[in-house]
Amino acid sequence: MANLVLPDAVLVKNYIGGDESALSTLIQRHQSKIFGFIYSKVNDRDLSDDIFQDTFIKVIKTLKSHSYNEEGKFLPWVMRIAHNLVVDHYRKAKKMPLQRETEEYSVFNYMTDNVLNIEGQMISDQVAFDLNKLLDELPEDQKEVLVMRMYQDLSFKEIADLTGVSINTALGRMRYALLNLRKIIEKNQIILTN
Amino acid sequence: MAKLYSKKKLAAQQMKPKKETISFLLNYSKALNMYKVGNSNIEIIAN
Repeated sequence: MANLVLPDAVLVKNYIGGDESALSTLIQRHQSKIFGFIYSKVNDRDLSDDIFQDTFIKVIKTLKSHSYNEEGKFLPWVMRIAHNLVVDHYRKAKKMPLQRETEEYSVFNYMTDNVLNIEGQMISDQVAFDLNKLLDELPEDQKEVLVMRMYQDLSFKEIADLTGVSINTALGRMRYALLNLRKIIEKNQIILTN
Repeated sequence: MAKLYSKKKLAAQQMKPKKETISFLLNYSKALNMYKVGNSNIEIIAN
């Protein structure tokens, strides 16, 4: 309690001499001025808390390492440290702009994953199932080419070799397979979209 | 005596850091020891 009436310079001296309660008194005495100063510059309570903490970490280190110069007064010295840290913060923020989540701006508007949701997965499964049934409607030679090309990812040259026909024939079968598939889809009014 | 009808102006609330921040600083100060060796300072933080 006696600390409350002591001037800053004496409290600083006591703190350097090992009296930890002197620091508590100094913080209590000046916290609102220093915090208010920081808040007036950054307008963010959490950020102000961070800068306030960093300011006093510097104060503690300087005092404990006996490199505090008593020429100036304590409060203006701490304010200068806080001011420098605020400037540092803005420098960093300029280098690495930070977007905060707000009602208008959400980072999730710009981030998506390619995994289908349950509904999308069900539709995709249904489309695959319907398409398989449609393939069974095609003539065997056309179905064979289409399956090799689309499902097994073979080139038309490989398909031609495997089926013993020319590349042009394989291409023709593919063309007719697709035309026939379209016809069946239109005829049965099937919707194959995700 | 004349009545005062004006409301007492609410004092502007002083902004203060969180209690946790102050508590951290006081504990940090207690835990920190600094020693000068040559031109450099060595920091020791007791757990």
